[in-house]
Amino acid sequence: MKKIYLGFLLILPLFIQAQTDIDAIMMSKNNFCFGAVYQYSGWDEYWEGDFQRENLNLGTVTTKSIGIMGNYGISDKLNVLFSLPYVETNASAGTMKGQKGIQDLTLTLKYMPIEKTIGKSTYSVYALANVSAPLSNYPADYLPLSIGMQSKTASLRLMGDYQRGNFFTTLSGAYVKRANSTIDRNSYLTNDEVHYTNEVDMPDAISVNFRVGYRSNRLIAELVLDNWVTQSGGFDITKNNMPFPSNTMNALRYGVNSKYTFKKMPQLSLVGGFNYVAEGKNVGKSDTYYGGVFYVINFKKEVQDEK
Amino acid sequence: MKNRIAKTTLTSLTILFLAFTFSCSDDITERNEDFTALNPTNPDELAGTWKPFLLTTPDEFTLDAPIATNTPAFTREINEIKSYQASLTDEQKSIIKYWSAGGVLRWNEIMRTLVARHNRPPYQNEDGTYPAPSGANPFANPQFPFSNPPYAARAYAYVSAAQYDALIAAWHYKKLYNRAAPFTVDADLQVLIPKSTLPSYPSEDGVLAGVTVELLKLLFPTEIAYINEKAEEEKLYRIISGANVRSDVEAGITLGRKIAAKFIARAAGDGAGAAIGTPEIWAQLEAQTIAKGETPWISLDSPKRPPMLPLFGKVKSFLMSPEMVVASRPVAPPSTNSPEFAKELAEIKAYSQNNSKKNMQIVTFWADGVGTYTPPGHWNAIAAEAFVAENYSEVRWARNMALLNITMMDAAISCWDAKYFYFNPRPSQMDASIKTTTGVPNFPAYVSGHSTFSGAAATVLSHILPSKAQSFDALAKEASDSRMFGAIHYRSDCEKGLELGQKVGAFAIARATTDGAE
Repeated sequence: MKKIYLGFLLILPLFIQAQTDIDAIMMSKNNFCFGAVYQYSGWDEYWEGDFQRENLNLGTVTTKSIGIMGNYGISDKLNVLFSLPYVETNASAGTMKGQKGIQDLTLTLKYMPIEKTIGKSTYSVYALANVSAPLSNYPADYLPLSIGMQSKTASLRLMGDYQRGNFFTTLSGAYVKRANSTIDRNSYLTNDEVHYTNEVDMPDAISVNFRVGYRSNRLIAELVLDNWVTQSGGFDITKNNMPFPSNTMNALRYGVNSKYTFKKMPQLSLVGGFNYVAEGKNVGKSDTYYGGVFYVINFKKEVQDEK
Repeated sequence: MKNRIAKTTLTSLTILFLAFTFSCSDDITERNEDFTALNPTNPDELAGTWKPFLLTTPDEFTLDAPIATNTPAFTREINEIKSYQASLTDEQKSIIKYWSAGGVLRWNEIMRTLVARHNRPPYQNEDGTYPAPSGANPFANPQFPFSNPPYAARAYAYVSAAQYDALIAAWHYKKLYNRAAPFTVDADLQVLIPKSTLPSYPSEDGVLAGVTVELLKLLFPTEIAYINEKAEEEKLYRIISGANVRSDVEAGITLGRKIAAKFIARAAGDGAGAAIGTPEIWAQLEAQTIAKGETPWISLDSPKRPPMLPLFGKVKSFLMSPEMVVASRPVAPPSTNSPEFAKELAEIKAYSQNNSKKNMQIVTFWADGVGTYTPPGHWNAIAAEAFVAENYSEVRWARNMALLNITMMDAAISCWDAKYFYFNPRPSQMDASIKTTTGVPNFPAYVSGHSTFSGAAATVLSHILPSKAQSFDALAKEASDSRMFGAIHYRSDCEKGLELGQKVGAFAIARATTDGAE
């Protein structure tokens, strides 16, 4: 079976993006892989601009989520993927009430135009187009406890993978375009100026992801480096101020991902991993753990069986 | 064949991405960009006789007579305008578009920006104490000021009242010297904004720039460079638009500055500087509440923060004597030991547990907390957007803004008087399981500041624009309710706060009916 595994990109407490698409693995034609992943993320320090601090009025801010995802092979070279998380936030201190709800639906088309094997080495290239949209009317302007940014996004990612034997490296980069977000206030201060509108211009972002590790049909174990950099238009949280959806939010994170596929039941697999934010700007210094289970159905086979 | 599929797929991916990118244009039009050039339906020619707040007479400060319009010096001033107009840059055109909406309006917006920039509580010291901002050393950490709601209410009031007095003086001298506008003297001169029928010496925008800059230097000392830049724009706008010659503008600035000095002297002695209190006073507030058998307010911030401006209730009002403040004080809230209190607490707990989407939106809309222009700023924005439609003269704009802001300063004084007289705890202090959907302000609960500001503002605005009274009252009620929905205030805080605001608003209405403008 082809595999799917993921980690969530968690910016401030809440920016969640499935990384399902970022692996160099395709589902075969007519195979459908689906599953659920539980994630726990927490921070008790964050960056206000470049100033790293704690906030005793928040204590530890946690985000728990459960996401359902799926990946269908339209062909061996073209997959369509979706993910939809339910998210719950909480602050351990202070009076602010946590939030919960269905967050954003993400749809991805993943295409592999090139796959070449030369000797023991396999080279492959991928292009991924991704759109996401909020599915519920959750408030974005409730940071750091809102469950999302209430902004539609589109991204285009190019990815290259090199595998030799069971060892591989994958490098990808994406430009993420973010649509304006609508908030429940009709004016707000950003970049030192008051804006008289309920629409917020969300800065775009560039995401770079690098992975290296071991990959076989049964086991994947990899180290991940992920760098999310907000582009122009964002701004820093000023001293002792509240965060805002259009803040510059940068995060450099390191982590490990793993996936195990059962030998006796190769349709079934388990995923798990950990990552942490090493450096950031206007985001929580979060530690994130996740675990999930996936199952693959081959539709083509079932059709044949019926015949 | 395979190649074609590959190409088609790649192309569709790219098109999908690009289509999204272009369909979601980031262009945002802000409401205040659409304001059109001020073109007063009534120039208020007699405003020189209106009643000022501090000036003893409109000519308390002298203004030299202007040079005559038939002199070569005046012609040179007109030539200056023409030379600018011969090659206006896009930036200059946008300056004209911006300022032509009205000087009172734009300075009010600028002030809201300054308040929002500085509305941040100080960050704690290493030892868990808090540094206090100092007007004597404004650039130190934390910067001066912390423009919290009482500070902001007072700032808006001083600037608005000073602008009003300065424009009364300007209208007086316009009539006295009766110097024609440059476009009346030289029929060939282009005017890029609606022509005023009034004499142009001194320039109303000059007066506004002069008086406002001086007061803002006092109120927001770290922002002088920004303030000066705005004033230079306003000055330039009057000249290059052909509305005023340079001597109109400069005379206005001189007059405005003199009048500002009178307001600055008042501000130095109004008690606001001492409103922060002392550790002894903070301890005494707690002790006297315990002595009454009540639960005293405790800061819910961590580390615990001193109460916000406990002596603001003693600040000298423009319209109310200290006796009037005491006489307007609301009755005591339900005792923290009483069944009534328990009932009110239970109601807030219910809001905390079941917050509908609609309620949450109301809470956020009216939050006006850290990093915003505060509730008084919110009411300034509401008023400004309502006034734009009325096409007031500058002097009437100033008069209405002054009434609004003076009543909100009185609301701050009266509300803070009640808060520190009763020193009542917040719901989350009495029941730690009450979680809030907006920040808990760092001062006692009774009565609600939002409710008092909103009650006063809606009362005065309804007097000014009776046709919109229902809408203003509905907004005030919603602002007041938002504090219950957010679980940071009890019902009696909100209801008695609205009532107090209405009482305070009546003082401004009494003044409005006798100031000569109605």
